[in-house]
Order: sequence, then C-alpha cells, then structure tokens
Amino acid sequence: MQTRLNLDPAVVREARALAAKAGQPIVAMAKTHTTVSVERAVLRLAGLKGADPDGMPWVNRLVDAVRETTGLEHGVALPAWDALLTGGYDDLASLAAAAAHGKVAFRIPAGAAATAARAAAAASLAAGIGRIDANRAQRQRMIEQTSEPRKPWIYLIVATGDIYEDIPQAQAAAREGADIIAVIRSTGQSLLDYVPEGATREGFAGTYATQENFRLMRAALDETSRELGRYVRLTNYASGLCMPEIASLAGLERLDMMLNDCMYGIIFRDINPRRTFIDQRFSRQIHARAGIIINTGEDNYLTTADAVDAAHTVVVSQLMNEFFGKEAGLAAGQLGLGHAFEISPDVPDSFLLELAHAQLVRELFPDAPLKYMPPTKHMTGNVFAGYLLDAFFNLCGVMTDQSILLIGMMTEGIHTPFLSDRDLALENVRYVRDAAGRLGESFVPAPGGFIERRAREVLGESVALLRRINDEGLLTAIADGTFGITKRPADGGRGLDGVISRADGYFNPASDILDGGERAPAGELDPRTAPVETGAAR
Amino acid sequence: MTAKIVRPYGDTTGDGRIQVSFTLPVPFGTPTEKARAEGAAMQLAGKMGLEPAMVVHAKGMGPDYTFFVVYGRVSHLVDLSQVTVTEREFPLLSPAEVNLRIRTGLGRKLVVVGACIGTDAHTVGIDAILNVKGHSGEKGLEYYREIRVVNLGSQVAIPDLVARSAAEAADAVLVSQVVTQRDAHISNAKEMSAAFRAAFGSGTPKQPLLVVGGPRFDPLIAPELGVDKIFGKGTTPGEVASYLAYALAPDSGPGVEAQVGASA
Repeated sequence: MQTRLNLDPAVVREARALAAKAGQPIVAMAKTHTTVSVERAVLRLAGLKGADPDGMPWVNRLVDAVRETTGLEHGVALPAWDALLTGGYDDLASLAAAAAHGKVAFRIPAGAAATAARAAAAASLAAGIGRIDANRAQRQRMIEQTSEPRKPWIYLIVATGDIYEDIPQAQAAAREGADIIAVIRSTGQSLLDYVPEGATREGFAGTYATQENFRLMRAALDETSRELGRYVRLTNYASGLCMPEIASLAGLERLDMMLNDCMYGIIFRDINPRRTFIDQRFSRQIHARAGIIINTGEDNYLTTADAVDAAHTVVVSQLMNEFFGKEAGLAAGQLGLGHAFEISPDVPDSFLLELAHAQLVRELFPDAPLKYMPPTKHMTGNVFAGYLLDAFFNLCGVMTDQSILLIGMMTEGIHTPFLSDRDLALENVRYVRDAAGRLGESFVPAPGGFIERRAREVLGESVALLRRINDEGLLTAIADGTFGITKRPADGGRGLDGVISRADGYFNPASDILDGGERAPAGELDPRTAPVETGAAR
Repeated sequence: MTAKIVRPYGDTTGDGRIQVSFTLPVPFGTPTEKARAEGAAMQLAGKMGLEPAMVVHAKGMGPDYTFFVVYGRVSHLVDLSQVTVTEREFPLLSPAEVNLRIRTGLGRKLVVVGACIGTDAHTVGIDAILNVKGHSGEKGLEYYREIRVVNLGSQVAIPDLVARSAAEAADAVLVSQVVTQRDAHISNAKEMSAAFRAAFGSGTPKQPLLVVGGPRFDPLIAPELGVDKIFGKGTTPGEVASYLAYALAPDSGPGVEAQVGASA
C-alpha cells in the first residue's frame, strides 16, 4: 500500500525500535514467571472440564491444591501428572476431586517418575493443542465452503445475558449483514478468578464467557454461515484474571477473534500489571496457534482521555501491542489493533482530525486488520444527531480502509440497543459502504496540508512518549497514568497474589509446544533451552 | 408564555403533532402481511392517543419483525401546574470558589471516597468525576486543592466501602452505578445506604454524605434509596464539587457570598 501521508520511514523505524526496547524487560519477566491462570489453562488444554457442586471449576481446585502442597514454582503439570500416574486416578477430574478433599499427596517427582510424568503431560497437551490445530483447519474449510466476507467486516455486539437469547439475536444480526458477532461478557467476569461452567442464562450487561456458551454460539453461527454462504466470525474477550484460560477455550471451541489488549485490564479493570503481562503472553501464544485475530483496546483510552490530546497514546499502545503480539508469535494479519472515532464534534475540523488519525494508523500497520470503534463519548440523547455522527464514522472507516468496523448505535450510552436501532445502524453502514466504498482510492490528502501535518504531529508525539517510557520503564509509565489517565502501580491491582516466579526445572508442556513450534519434542526438552522465538516475529 | 395547558407543537401552535417509532413482532412479507402490520401499528397508535395517525414508514426486519415510524396528533393535554421539578438547590461555583468555601466553612480538606460497587466494573463515570482529567472541559475533584480524593475503583464490596470511608474519615461517599440490568443500580444503592446507616447510626462520627450517580438514576428518588443526593446523566465534576461545598462547608458569611456573586 502506498503512503498517502509521506511519513518519514526513519521516524517509523525509530518508533518501532523504541517500542521493542520498552517491551523487552516485560517479555523477560513473562518468561520467568507463571500465574495461577496460566497453570489452569494448561489443565484446560489437557481436557479438564467441569466444576465441583459449588460451581468452582476443577481446574481451580486442582491448581489450588497443588499450590498449597508443592507450590506452583515448578508448574502444575509435573506434580499433577505424577499424582495421576502414581495414584491410580482415572482422569484429571477424579484427581481434582480427590485433591479438593485433601486426599492427594503431591510431590515434585525426580528421576524416572519425573520423566514419566513429563511424558504423560506432554501427550495430553499434544492432544489438546492438536484440537486447536484441527479447529484452525476447520475454520479454513468453512471459509472455503462458504465465503470470506468483503472488508470492512461489520462487527456487531449481542449482550442479553442469556446465551439462548443471544443465539437468535446473533443469527438475526448475521442475516442482516453482520460479519462478526461479539458476545459481550457479563460485567463482573473480568475480575472473577475462575471461568464459570456450562450454558448460562443470567448475566449483567452481558453473557458469561464459558466453554459451553462458546460451543453453542459457534455451532449456531456455523449453521447461519452455511445458510448465508458467508463465514460469520465469533468474538469474545480474553481479558481479565482468566485471560489464558479463556484464550484456551477459544482455541478449543473455534472462536475467530478475541479481545486481547496488553494494557486494558491494568488500566480499566485495575488488574495487576505483572499478572496481566504474564497472562497475556501465554494467551497470545494460544491465539497465534489457533489462527485467532486479536482485537486490542486502544479505543478505550479515548473514552477517558481527550481524543485529540491523547491520540499519540493510542499509537504508542498499538506499537506495544504489535511488539508483544509478534513476540508471542502472532502474524501481522492477526493483529486487530484498535482505535476510535471519539473526537468531540464541537472541535473545529474534527472530521479532518479523525481522518488524519485513522489514516496514520492504517499506514503504520499496513497488514493489520485494524478495528475501528464508533463514537461513544459524544453520543448524546439526541439519537438523530448520533445517527449522523455514526455515518461520519462509517465514512471515515471506508475512506481510510479500516478492516473491522464496529457498528455504532444511536442509543449508545442511553439504552441497550433496540432491534430497530441495530437494523438502522446496519442500514447506515450499508449505505456508506455501497455509496462510498471506493472513495478510499481517491482519498489522497494534500501534501503539506492539514491532515498530513496532523498525522506527522501525532507520530512525533508518539516517538517522544516512547522515549520517555524507555527512560522510566513501561511499568513506571503505567503507574504514572500515561495511558487512559488512570494511575496503576506495578504492585497494585487485583491478581498479584496469583503470580509465581518460575523455579529451575519449571515444566509447562503447553508452553513447550507453543514456544518451540512443532520442532520441540515436548516433555523432554528443558523449556529454558527450547527455541523461544517463533517465525512470525520480525 | 404563561399558558398552563399546552399541547405538543409540530408546526402550528396547538396542533398536537408528535412522531414515534417502534417495532412490532409481526411479519412484513406478503401484501396481506404488510397490510396487517400497518393496521397493527395504527391500532397501537390509536391506543396511545394518536388520532389521526399516519404510518409514514414500515420496514420488515428479518422474517418476524416490522419497524414503524408514525406521525400523528395526540389528544392529550399537558398541565404545567402539575409538573414537579427539582431545582438545583445549590449555586454552581468555580473550583477557586469551592476551595475558598471549604477552607472558610470547613477549615480543613474535604475528604471524598469514591467507588463503583457491586459487580459494576464501569469506572468511566466515577473516574470522569474524580480524575484530574475530569470531563466536558471541567477538571475532576482531584484537581481541587481543598478536596482529598480516595478512589477505590471498581467492584468494591459494600462492607469494604463502609470500612474505608470510616478509616479515611470521609465527609462524602460517591458511588457510581452504570449497570442497570434487573435494576441492580437501585438495589445496590439501597444496600449501600443501609450498610452506612447500620455502621454509623446517628452518633459520632457522623455518617458521611451519600451521593450516587449514574446515567439511569432518577434524581427524585434519593429518599427512597436512603441517600443524600443523586446525580444523573451528564453531571459534570463542577456540579458535584459545588454540591459538596454547599452541603458540607457551611456558608461563612457575606464575604464568600460577595465573591460568588461577583464571579457568577
């Protein structure tokens, strides 16, 4: 794609180099630590499902039991599979049930017992990751049998709280033109330190992310995709305290896109920064393997900060998300970097500023399936004006070649959208896409003009901020309130008690496969000597 | 305009014209279905008091639903003498005036504890009021020199909020509630005020001023919720600061009044 903003390639290179430098210490930390949720994800990938009579998942019970006895410094797999082999349990679920009653004496095995435990765990994880691989292939087959929708993909949200209400709404939305269905999670879920079980019918402002809900919705959308001859993607949220587990469930149930931001949980949900970065790396490795497109959450910064003043924080966060994402193995085509149309309509030239920001992001990340978010902050009770603003958002989206358009609702901030609000919103985007879809090819900002100058200004501010972040360290920058205004110290927030430093001999059979690609014979190599960089990093 | 009885205004005084839109769960496919759908919309319009009514737009949405836009004349009258409103009982002050009033009226910093309670993780509202950044061009309460802000963030348990408010000797507690499914905002606010009453009673230290805010609250139901004040959608940090100064820092005489008057 040719550049329309005449960005200085040296400045762009410097921005990327600074982001990589700022991110390196975080990656080093993530590689030397684990979390309770990473360990629970290992068990989920090995097929452990279900919950105790109180609804607490077996993965939590088993990880907690191991933590209380041997600790998690060596990972859950070694003591768990050792106990499984030596204790004569049928499967992980019966082991977890016994462990929950304090009936299992876990140990860190040595010698032949360790070798046997590693081999058994590796075999279980190979099967689990094999299922993720099979799902990826199945997605490709489904796209070939139906078709790939044209871009921009139309992204629509359902959020009734009841999966059995969500399903017909999602199918109706797909029939009306949605290419992507996102099921918003119940508002409390990000701070739950477990993933609820089963199909759920009760949620607050959204529906719980559970493995069964994932399965039900994907099956329903497969049916609709075949009916429409167009592959309808399913999105959920790999965020919050259970990010690695939800990423794993997404891979196991063939979700297609997952919200997965490097800093969103820290800033907007007050989750501990270390916990977030460690969980994030593992979850992104899963997403990379599963062929899942991640969506990042930079749009959120602009809902608390001013969209003009903070435009550069979006770019900086996108560069960080790109670095962390590629380091974890995601390809450029899996990086659905986020941004938003949130400038106050009262600001003079607001649409030109939006065009400058959107085009800047497009040119900085030419291969990324950018996700563009509609106005929320300046949507008022004047639904008619809001409808107009959404049309301008759609126009900016097609002019700057955004890949994924979340559909703006005129009831934003007022009410859960009515069926008719959604229908009108789709009519709006269809009109703009049909009327002006090819306007982008003719959109060449005047050299030296307002749009080009503004784009360069934001890029310059981004480099300056990245330099400052490098001076003080990313964790300090987050603690200082650099992103989204909110101050989040490295040792504050929820979930820090679930962070564990890895001991020598830490064993994670999932990471062995994910870190090393297919080359590492899982279970036999020490993970520290296994190849860590994947081919996608560049 | 002193008329006590009014009607909606379309383009002529007294014409009573309004516009509504709604969806009915009826199909809009075959000509028969279309006629039936429009008839159904007309029936609803009639029952709503629209006479005459005109269905200006009808569109099928999927196989089972139809969206309508209807214009019509309402027969209802509005009696202005029966309308009750809460006038803002406090003057809007600038940050400097709020600081001055706290300094002179309270003689120390005013302590505000803020939180989202229950399962509500939407801190956008409370942050917009408390963060220095503020919103709508007004700085948040952290910006006020004479206000000390303790922002507890999201999903704070009510007992924790009560304990922390006592520990911080809070003058006011600000609670934000965005999520309204199953009226969670109402039940959470009631539960919160009951917990404060139980913990503080009528003795000393005095129970902090309880203030709730959120886009779907009706400002008139403060007594029902057991709170001192409700702020609805669109509230700015300056309004909250002005209210806190009015409610907690006694007016200390003509000096302050004169300054307020001068800058108003």
